[in-house]
Amino acid sequence: MPFQPVILWTDALVYLLLVLAAGMLWYTRGHEHLMQPWRRVAGSRTAQAALVVLSSYLVIGLLDTLHFHPRTGDREAADVVYSTEVSSLFDVIAGPLRTQREKTYSAPFAIHLFSKETIEKADGTTVRDYPRLAYGGAHLDAHGTGRLADILGKALAGAVKWALAWSLLLVLLCRFSRARILRLLGGRMRNPWHVAAWSALLLMGVFGALWEMAGYYHVLGTDKVGEDVFFQSLKSIRTGLIIGTLTTLVMLPAAILLGIMAGYFRGWVDDLIQYLYTTLNSIPGVLLIAAAVLMMQIYMSNHADDFNSLTERADLRLLFLCLILGVTSWTSLCRLLRGEALKLRDLEYVQAARAFGVGHFRILLRHVLPNVMHIVLIAVVLDFSGLVLAEAVLSYISIGVDPATNSWGNMINGARLELAREPVVWWSLLAAFGFMFTLVLAANLVSDVVRDALDPRLRQ
Amino acid sequence: MNPSEPAMNDRSADTASLLTLDGLATHLGSATQPVRAVDGVSLQIRRGETFVLLGESGCGKSMIALSIMRLLPHSGRIVAGDILLDGQSLRALSEAEMRSERGGRVGMIFQEPMTSLNPVMTVGEQVAEAVRLHDQRNRHRVDERVVELFRSVGIPDPQRRVHEYPHQLSGGMKQRVMIAMALGGRPDLLIADEPTTALDVTIQAQVLDLLKQLQRETGMAILLITHDLGVVAEMADRVGVMYAGQLLEINDVAGFFARPAHPYSRKLFRSVPKAEKRDQGLDVIPGMVPALNQPFDHCRFADRCELVEQRCRTQLPPWRGAAESGYRCHLDPDEVKDLGSRVPAAPRTAQGAGEALLDVRQLKVHFPVHKGVLRRVAGFVKAVDGVDLSIPSGSTVALVGESGCGKTTVGKAILQLHRPTAGQVLFDGTDLAHVAGAELRRLRREFQIIFQDPASSMNPRMLVEDIIAEGLVAQRIGGNRAQRRSLVERLLEQVGMPAGAADRYPHEFSGGQRQRIAVARALAVQPRLIVCDEPTSALDVSVQAQVLNLLKELQLELGLSYLFITHNISVVAYLAHEVAVMYLGRIVEYGEVGQVLREPLHPYTRALLSAVPVPDPGHRRAVIKLEGDMPSPVDPPSGCHFHPRCPDAMAVCRERYPQVSEIGPVRRVACWLTVPGQQRQTGS
Repeated sequence: MPFQPVILWTDALVYLLLVLAAGMLWYTRGHEHLMQPWRRVAGSRTAQAALVVLSSYLVIGLLDTLHFHPRTGDREAADVVYSTEVSSLFDVIAGPLRTQREKTYSAPFAIHLFSKETIEKADGTTVRDYPRLAYGGAHLDAHGTGRLADILGKALAGAVKWALAWSLLLVLLCRFSRARILRLLGGRMRNPWHVAAWSALLLMGVFGALWEMAGYYHVLGTDKVGEDVFFQSLKSIRTGLIIGTLTTLVMLPAAILLGIMAGYFRGWVDDLIQYLYTTLNSIPGVLLIAAAVLMMQIYMSNHADDFNSLTERADLRLLFLCLILGVTSWTSLCRLLRGEALKLRDLEYVQAARAFGVGHFRILLRHVLPNVMHIVLIAVVLDFSGLVLAEAVLSYISIGVDPATNSWGNMINGARLELAREPVVWWSLLAAFGFMFTLVLAANLVSDVVRDALDPRLRQ
Repeated sequence: MNPSEPAMNDRSADTASLLTLDGLATHLGSATQPVRAVDGVSLQIRRGETFVLLGESGCGKSMIALSIMRLLPHSGRIVAGDILLDGQSLRALSEAEMRSERGGRVGMIFQEPMTSLNPVMTVGEQVAEAVRLHDQRNRHRVDERVVELFRSVGIPDPQRRVHEYPHQLSGGMKQRVMIAMALGGRPDLLIADEPTTALDVTIQAQVLDLLKQLQRETGMAILLITHDLGVVAEMADRVGVMYAGQLLEINDVAGFFARPAHPYSRKLFRSVPKAEKRDQGLDVIPGMVPALNQPFDHCRFADRCELVEQRCRTQLPPWRGAAESGYRCHLDPDEVKDLGSRVPAAPRTAQGAGEALLDVRQLKVHFPVHKGVLRRVAGFVKAVDGVDLSIPSGSTVALVGESGCGKTTVGKAILQLHRPTAGQVLFDGTDLAHVAGAELRRLRREFQIIFQDPASSMNPRMLVEDIIAEGLVAQRIGGNRAQRRSLVERLLEQVGMPAGAADRYPHEFSGGQRQRIAVARALAVQPRLIVCDEPTSALDVSVQAQVLNLLKELQLELGLSYLFITHNISVVAYLAHEVAVMYLGRIVEYGEVGQVLREPLHPYTRALLSAVPVPDPGHRRAVIKLEGDMPSPVDPPSGCHFHPRCPDAMAVCRERYPQVSEIGPVRRVACWLTVPGQQRQTGS
């Protein structure tokens, strides 16, 4: 085998999340009342466009989740040796993006480094000048003639290639029926699928242009150690998504169970759970996170041998951050659910179930839980963007993810000192900001629509 | 007598139309498939008269009121017709001009006084706002005017009350404040949208009385919206019957009650439960109101009408008679008469009086009131305070009383949904108050409950099959899934629903159908006792008749016992064998239903019965007015709980709670008046 699959902790949880999502989808399809709100979501133009953006993030994140040890050494050798390094499918696809490192900073589309160095010329003399980049624009001549035309040409070629690929896929999806394609693109279907189709086309075009150019230039420049910022930003997507989703996964069981138990049972159960979450809530979240992360760090440096690779170590730290963020963020949902359960327990169908002698656990499962699920879903979608932003803030004050992990927070953290430089190194910050902004905006737009669709109070 | 009054009376004698609706059509929702909530309504209201719009829920009567006020919901719009107030078109007014009409020439009061007042402003301030905006003459003396208004709507101690907040007032008082606010602008027309539906009968009597009195004093016209035939008889000068967005009949009140012209109106009368109908079934209107999101090309009542003919299904019915009084039907008046002679299939009232199935002795349910930081128990809400009740198998005992008297708590305590604080609940010899856990769970199949609101008594996320089978699963009866399924289908059939209903969700059914499903659910575990907690009060009259018929048939067929909790006296008269009247946690009078309703002995029972509006305009009853509201059960009055409101209170009533005097085999009354020694005392 040319590789040996590796399943990191966060990978396993992502797979679990996928299975859960698929299960929910399957269950929802069989229940008309559950389908209805999602039909409303599909009927919204905003949601369609935002979902296209979100799913593009998701695809990149998932590609980056398939981890393995690549095979090293001689291909003909009898004994198979795998590298200790962990790569992902995305790393393979990105290929040159990852490996083509410059010496240090370079601006987007530059062909020279950002700082002057002493260059030894062929004739032995030395000059202090901006040296040429090893990879960025290496195919151009010494003076970089025709750079702009080259960039535009590459961008156009990439955009056309990817847009064509999408069009082909669309034709395939429409099963080669002309009428279907026209109906889809003309927006004459029940749901505004044409919004999704067109925004996907746009997105594919833009991404294609960037991807094509990235083969020849550093489209978003390079960072201090010469790594491609575009590549970093793409790698950070997985971190952002993991923080946004796994944290919720971690906190949901506790929040749901405790919340509805407190509301349903009242009495000492309620008191206990309330004390628990008010206590947790009164500890400043950042303090708790800092303490936990520092403890984790010390544990890891004391037990360095337990980890096979740096990636594994970084991954565990990421998971731990999810856990600790989960611990500090379940309280608000718990409180919401308690209030809802308080209302539900006095509803007549719950009383009727009690009159039948239905057990408490069954009542919680069949009557209370399904009727608070819309709140849970709304909370999950709303929390997502908050958590992505929280990661950036925590990494910025270096209690977030491992410095070796690519994340928008780390990018910002790395860029902050360079902001004081003249001329300013702005591209790391801007790249992280742009990617994060797009994700959070898309998530917020979707969550607004989901909220409107699910909240019974907003319905007529 | 006020010298200005004759002039006002003159004005009210003027027969010129004050409000004219001319082909009003109001649509809701999308433009492509609008809901035609009001579909071409024309009517005239004269000065000083009371016009009542009568109709069942969803018929568009409230939409008419909101169209006049231009307060339609966001998706609503007036698409055709005109609204003329004093000859001036309200549709032509700008929003700014309309604002001065609202609360000015046209005042409005709503159904729910609890949510119509701003909880963070004093009631006086809220009324003052109306005066400042709409009453030019009194702008400089707003405060006095507010007190004046409070006095005119019968709020005692107005100087103090103006400084109180809504939560400090009872429901009836809040509705009076709402009326005062509407009067603040000296309206020519008062629109009252179900003003008493949320209130108890004794309070309803006060408010209706107040409206009549204010009309006499100010000469304003009232557009009253209601679903209650009793209120119509009490209040109306003229009546308009609404059905599915249209007026089916307009008549003056005497004519309407004597000879309702439209088949629908006649059916409505025949579905009202009454004591005289005890031994027959109630007439029901089959089917459902048609969906209003379609244009009609035929009579919209055709599908439910007994007298339907071919032309009813193909042509729009014409308006017969004058605009003042007429009806919309294909049939001539003499053809409609036919309906009167038809006698419905008759389930008799079961003859009760078997062995006592349920025996409640000195039942008490007290809820602790916590106060302070440590949440110490500061007192008890004595929701139920020593109730004795016995239900023979196969008979119905009704529990009547106003809201807050503890009648629902009694029902729930019998079912052990609230655990009693003290007393015994003997069900077939077992004291339910002292069993718990698995034992209680097993016993639960013997007694079941049907709730008031069929919308909230079923989990909206479960299929009807799962809802009905829930009890079967919990009690481990009914065998496997397939057997349960056939059982569910049989139960649905038993309550008159198609078996296919099992695969649908509760929200797909109408209120009456949902209530039948609730009955089927209760029947699933074959109980012997069913507590019916106001099972028909959320339903329209015609639908109520269906449910009452069903309950009666089931009792006859299965020998069920019912504890029927209600505030609707006519339902009691129709259905119950014995009746218990509750006041503030205790039963004040108990007896055979005919006796209690014919000659009530307790002053409270008398007042309660006298307050019920009777659907007969010829019947002029003397309402015994009760002062004030029911006291709080946290701190009941000393002595007889009823003495502060009792018209016949004596000295002894303030001191000691009356002992129960037994009159006849089942009759019991807790009143000093019926204690022989005490009567003599007052006589001397």
